[in-house]
Amino acid sequence: MFRRFKDKVSTAWMWICLAIVIILPFLIGAGLIIKSHTIIEKHSLWQLLTTSEWQPLQGKFGFLPFIISSLWVTVIAVLLSGPVCLLTAIFLTQYARSTILKIMHPIIDILAGIPSVIFGVWGILIIVPFIARIAPFFGTEGSGYTIIAGAVVLSVMIIPFILNILIEVFRSIPEELTEASLSLGATRWETIKYVLLRKAFPGIISAIGLGVSRAFGETIAVLMVVGNVIAIPRSIFDPGYPLPALIANNYGEMLSIPMYDSALMLSALILFVVVLIFNLLSRIAIARIENGH
Amino acid sequence: MMKFKKTEETFFKFLMLFSTFIIVAALIVIIISILYKGLPSLSWEMVSQTPKGGYYFGKEGGVLNAIIGSIYLSAGATFLALLIGLPVSLLLNIYLIKQKRIVNTIRFFLDLLWGIPSIVYGAFGFTIMIYFGMKSSLLAGIITVSLFIIPIMVRAMDEVLKNVPMGLMEASFSLGSTKSETSYKVFLKQCSTGLITAILLSFGRAIGDAASVLFTTGYTDNIPTSLNQPTATLPLSIFFQLSSPISEVKSRAYASALILTIIILVISVITRIVSKKYDKHKIKF
Repeated sequence: MFRRFKDKVSTAWMWICLAIVIILPFLIGAGLIIKSHTIIEKHSLWQLLTTSEWQPLQGKFGFLPFIISSLWVTVIAVLLSGPVCLLTAIFLTQYARSTILKIMHPIIDILAGIPSVIFGVWGILIIVPFIARIAPFFGTEGSGYTIIAGAVVLSVMIIPFILNILIEVFRSIPEELTEASLSLGATRWETIKYVLLRKAFPGIISAIGLGVSRAFGETIAVLMVVGNVIAIPRSIFDPGYPLPALIANNYGEMLSIPMYDSALMLSALILFVVVLIFNLLSRIAIARIENGH
Repeated sequence: MMKFKKTEETFFKFLMLFSTFIIVAALIVIIISILYKGLPSLSWEMVSQTPKGGYYFGKEGGVLNAIIGSIYLSAGATFLALLIGLPVSLLLNIYLIKQKRIVNTIRFFLDLLWGIPSIVYGAFGFTIMIYFGMKSSLLAGIITVSLFIIPIMVRAMDEVLKNVPMGLMEASFSLGSTKSETSYKVFLKQCSTGLITAILLSFGRAIGDAASVLFTTGYTDNIPTSLNQPTATLPLSIFFQLSSPISEVKSRAYASALILTIIILVISVITRIVSKKYDKHKIKF
């Protein structure tokens, strides 16, 4: 009798936990919408997203500089890291011997586990001075705390993320396919170029999409090296101020200024929605690939 | 023509090797630069004392408050996440094993949750905190961080439980055990090492994340003695010390970064050792 009772209690708890996990994202979305409702009601959403004047004390909230900074940092980071990950993934799945794989696996894992703040410290120690030194060659001067510094740090951070998905994608492509191509006389590289890459194309795009969503929401590391100046950056050697940094930098003081907390919640909502869309599309594509075989 | 083909392949092979090298080099450079900057200011005082008066102007003290705070926070969050995450992953792999569609949908959902940036969890946690009239505290931090690591933990456990052969479950059922007994007595034992790996992974995530605790834990120079007190964490301590203009404080930030890196590396090594032993205690088929 007692065993049955225990089973019932335990089963009920499992379902409750599942419910918590499933409700959570809706709760987050709802919470952010309710909180940012105040500011959307006062100013139109379109106006908030397309103006660039940010003066909370005067009630002016233009998100454009932050959105543009976020886009710059994210796009450059993915452009830097995408090709590196793609080439490495091809190498590891098609050419590398098992000893190399055995070395690379822990390296990717460790890189994935390094905390964001450590990446930030590294950025300040190595990347920022380096950018400051090369900036004069591009006709600008500066401290090195720039969009490009943020993008470089970010590009390294998202490597393990994109790489792991790419490796999974390449592994899911049936070997018969590449073997058929090889047996027809194609070289390894031709097989990669005409069979593997073509077959894996949707998977590659989704991996990049997931990289974008990861990069878009990364906070501390970027915040530490990007300069945090509220202005629309005109080149990659200008400082920027991405959305996550906006939230992180202003949380303490926001409660005293009207609408400020609502504005910050709106930026969290923008992050949430953008990341969710990119994630959703990429995950759907990946699920399709995995089910297709 | 033949020659061009060959050159093309050689060229791309070179690029591939170079890319792989970049990744390895990036990791090495990160670790070496943290070691190089952090080691000179790392001392016993750093890890054994809390900040004394004037610490942030370069006077005596250490970051024990942040180290202990981080461990409390991550241990609490990991425990809370385990309480919710383990049942979910068992549910997916034992109760719902036949409903592939539902399981896949839930997995999909978890992957989405995993993608939400930690700063969004932080902002959400802060909202909840204000709503319930709580102050920034260890408890608020634990709840926020646990929300953030639940998807990571469930997916990691799910990968382990997925590989348990059907036969084991059927054998357990045929001997008359209930579903929950099969879950907690058979599957848990069979996968214990894999599950420990998943827990360690989540713990590592929890200890390294700064954005989700930025608004929820507050910051203090004392070691918290109850769940209602604010607490310092190592990532935030690094962040704050680094923004100081005083060079002694800055170099302590590097030392703190080294401490955090060492903690993460130790966790990673333990994970590796545990998963090496993975096969030893398993019933094989």
